[in-house]
Amino acid sequence: MTPRREIFAAALLSIAFLLLILGIWHVATLPKVEAAGAADEYAKLMGKGAKKSDGFPAPSQLASAIAKHIADPFYDKGPNDKGIGIQLAHSLSRVGLGFLLAIIVAVPLGFLIGMSPLFRRALDPFIQVLKPISPLAWMPIALYTIKDSSISGIFVIFICSVWPMLINTAYGVASVRREWLNVARTLEVTPLRKAFLVILPAAAPTILTGMRISMGIAWLVIVAAEMLVGGTGIGYFVWNEWNNLNLTNVIFAILVIGIVGMALDLIIGRLQRLVTYAE
Amino acid sequence: MPFLQVQDLKRTFPAAGGGTTTVFEGVNFSIERGEFVCIIGHSGCGKTTILNVLAGLDTASGGLAIMDEHEIGGPSLERGVVFQGHALMPWLSVASNIAFAVRSRWPDWPRSKVRQHCQQFIDMVGLSGAEDKKPAALSGGMKQRVGIARAFAIQPKMLLLDEPFGALDALTRGTIQDELVRVVQATHQTVFMITHDVDEAILLADKILLMSNGPNAVIAEIVENTLPRARTRHDMHHDPQFYRIRNHLVDFLVTRSKQFQTGELERPAEPLTVRPGVDAEAHRSIPDAAPAPRAAANH
Repeated sequence: MTPRREIFAAALLSIAFLLLILGIWHVATLPKVEAAGAADEYAKLMGKGAKKSDGFPAPSQLASAIAKHIADPFYDKGPNDKGIGIQLAHSLSRVGLGFLLAIIVAVPLGFLIGMSPLFRRALDPFIQVLKPISPLAWMPIALYTIKDSSISGIFVIFICSVWPMLINTAYGVASVRREWLNVARTLEVTPLRKAFLVILPAAAPTILTGMRISMGIAWLVIVAAEMLVGGTGIGYFVWNEWNNLNLTNVIFAILVIGIVGMALDLIIGRLQRLVTYAE
Repeated sequence: MPFLQVQDLKRTFPAAGGGTTTVFEGVNFSIERGEFVCIIGHSGCGKTTILNVLAGLDTASGGLAIMDEHEIGGPSLERGVVFQGHALMPWLSVASNIAFAVRSRWPDWPRSKVRQHCQQFIDMVGLSGAEDKKPAALSGGMKQRVGIARAFAIQPKMLLLDEPFGALDALTRGTIQDELVRVVQATHQTVFMITHDVDEAILLADKILLMSNGPNAVIAEIVENTLPRARTRHDMHHDPQFYRIRNHLVDFLVTRSKQFQTGELERPAEPLTVRPGVDAEAHRSIPDAAPAPRAAANH
């Protein structure tokens, strides 16, 4: 255990770093006064000479934007103006569905590959070729065949989350200790009971590691996918605010993406700790 | 017909660079119901392979093993196995590890009956109070006790123990040996056990199988334990007979076990049954059977 004092000191240091970053940011975005020459009148006419920022939002502007978004996260004023809560809900539901679909496919298939060397050899070339493909490269094919941008997004999440889960499940299943399987054999355990009561718990920590990697990738990919297909979601929100030249909202969205990503990782990390066993 | 009959058992493995290596061949022995049999031999003679064939986890290349008038063709709940490395499932508690076996044996039992049955065997090996602990929280000796309880809990017709105390320190080993003696005597369990420990074999076994060195190992001798069955770890070494048996076993392991390979001794078609210190013949094979001073004083 880390001593209490050290935790406290680390927290203090974190806050100090935050204040430092905010301080530099604040100073860098202070309005600058441009040198006004003799032609004062002309300069004023051109909008020069007055205090003017270079357009990059100051921390204070971000703070008020955060306050505004949090005060009303679920408003809906037409397709181009929805609350951050609604956008997040769209993104999370796409990630959730795609991820769930990936679990349904990857875990049983991983079991098969992990248990049968024949299937492992037969499917390995496919996995090796399909794994390194950027999930966004599938987008045109998805859009053409599915003809629905939202479902295409789900498909892209599915295709990017499926590989780490599949590979980790296969590895976890293949490396279940021989002696546990021998115990099951001497007890004449039925194949189904063996799969659920011996192999699954034995491989669960490895499977969850795969899920954690998948979730990380899925959350990275959803932003890019939604920028591409548009309509709804946090990725679309970022792109829309960029088109509106509202950098304050863009920075706010970046912050939200980071925090939600962290929360998703924490949730799976908690689940992982639940199934991890000490030998 | 004896309870377990092993006939002409042989196991070969593919050798590096083609051909085959015969680990053991012509292995013949039998075990009566309620008998405790130990097998001793150097590493590589195929003791564990024989046990795995009896467990049904391995298939012999030749010969057969018949238990209770049925040929052994695969794993069965009729034979309980205690594995060398305890083989407990680390994600299950002590009670759940045993319950897993009990539910496999009697799938129709209600929850309460399973729990009651498990508790009986947890108590038997002296683990009351540790039911909810995970194996990682147990010492090596306690883990092995769980392994023993799990094997006993399915009430098999025969128990197979693969060097169950090999990884334990001497003190723990002693207490668990005592417990095993007690439990086996109470349940009249038929046991086949691998060990490297000569004293352990004399304490536990009614019959000790001596294996020559591999490859091409055979069971060279069957030593009958002539010590009274009520022996204990604390008093058996006061019996001069203990040293006659012990010297016979040690002599075998040190010298005779390798002489079958060099040709100095001829491989017997059937293992020789000997009763050291009782048969005149056995005396002949022991050059120096001088017992330790204390045992001599007892004489």
